[in-house]
Amino acid sequence: MDWQVFLNDDGSGRTYLQWMMDAWGWTLAVAGCSWVVAMVVGSLMGVLRTLPNSPWLVRLANAWVELFRNIPLLVQIFLWYFVLPKIFPAMQQVPGFTLVVFALGFFTSSRIAEQVRAGIQALPKGQRYAGMAVGFTTMQTYRYVILPMAFRIIFPPLTSESMNLLKNSSVAFAVSIAELTMFAMQAQEETSRGVEVYLAVTALYAVSAFAVNRIMAFVEKKMQIPGFIVATGTGGGH
Amino acid sequence: MGGLDLSFFNWDVLSKFVLKGFYFSIQLTAVATIGGIIFGTLLALMRLSGKKILMYPATFYVNGMRSIPLVMVILWFFLLMPTIIGRPIGAELSAVITFVAFEAAYFSEIMRAGIQSIPRGQVHAGQAVGMTYAQNMKLVILPQAFRNMLPVLLTQTIILFQDTSLVYAIGAYDLLKGFSTAGKIYGRPEEAYLLAAVIYFILCFSLSYVVKKLQLKIAIIR
Repeated sequence: MDWQVFLNDDGSGRTYLQWMMDAWGWTLAVAGCSWVVAMVVGSLMGVLRTLPNSPWLVRLANAWVELFRNIPLLVQIFLWYFVLPKIFPAMQQVPGFTLVVFALGFFTSSRIAEQVRAGIQALPKGQRYAGMAVGFTTMQTYRYVILPMAFRIIFPPLTSESMNLLKNSSVAFAVSIAELTMFAMQAQEETSRGVEVYLAVTALYAVSAFAVNRIMAFVEKKMQIPGFIVATGTGGGH
Repeated sequence: MGGLDLSFFNWDVLSKFVLKGFYFSIQLTAVATIGGIIFGTLLALMRLSGKKILMYPATFYVNGMRSIPLVMVILWFFLLMPTIIGRPIGAELSAVITFVAFEAAYFSEIMRAGIQSIPRGQVHAGQAVGMTYAQNMKLVILPQAFRNMLPVLLTQTIILFQDTSLVYAIGAYDLLKGFSTAGKIYGRPEEAYLLAAVIYFILCFSLSYVVKKLQLKIAIIR
């Protein structure tokens, strides 16, 4: 092994190490922004799927989930990057980074929506009735009664979805976002030091995933309500 | 649909470019599912064996695989396989080996949950009638675990089918590559990607519909 390779110049005045750190930054940026999109849209869709007396909103949200869940992420990224700008020329001005963020965000939102729906439906019906009984509107019932409990229930699967999102950000290499996987492929080709480059990139992914896990565990602990114990579930997916 | 022209796409294009990729995607999914379940079950049994020498390597393997992106695993195998085997292997074969190894980690987690979902009394019943560990697993535990886990296993297979598109990273010729090749040759890449999305959607949506139905059926019998 020859770790010196990271100190070599990549041809543009920075070392491979600096390039890799920049790439790590892009990975975290893509994952972070997508996470916000996924959480906002996913929570909204998850809530809509459980609304009483609004069958069309429920159908709309169900369709959303099915649409974004049944197309591979890579294909969705191509849709955002190539197909949509062709259909809507105005989108040609949008930077690739933003498009990938929406692709990854919407893809993950379908999974988050599924978890949010499951969390809400896991609550006893009496919770909703209690909200209604004290005169809350539907909006207030969700805001003050249902969601605070549902989100605590689904924290473990949300943690694993957040880690999945970080790992899935690697697919952004396909549209040449300068993130870690892109760096790995290019640096491997340029330096022929594949093992060193891949090892370093793999370690950074593992560290990032672990950090996400710890952050979520910290938040989960901070949000804990004494006496409200939630069973941990196992997450599937990738 | 401003600017899109789907008329280039006909049976000729389909049979010439897409079918070959479709067969490979299906093949890859099938081999990875079967291989993944076999090795995944072994990994799960190792982790549940209670023997440290079996538990630690299996746990390390499963957690390791699960903490790196699939794309990186695909790249790793493609890089290392020729060195291990001693001669270059094609992207397709490399993809098959990668997916079996990668999916084994995910299937093992499903199997582990499935085996643990069987009440302890079942194990004890098997022991009480004098069964060996192997007999107990084969005749009592695993058949029930498989049945409990069938919907999850099938859902994982659908995810796996979607993930096969990631062999794009090493240029293997799969369903997506079939479409993108056709798109390139006919100068219609956007239309090709759109059609690929439609085909993937139809396949995955109908499969998950079947799984949902199956889930209801199994739930009633149990």
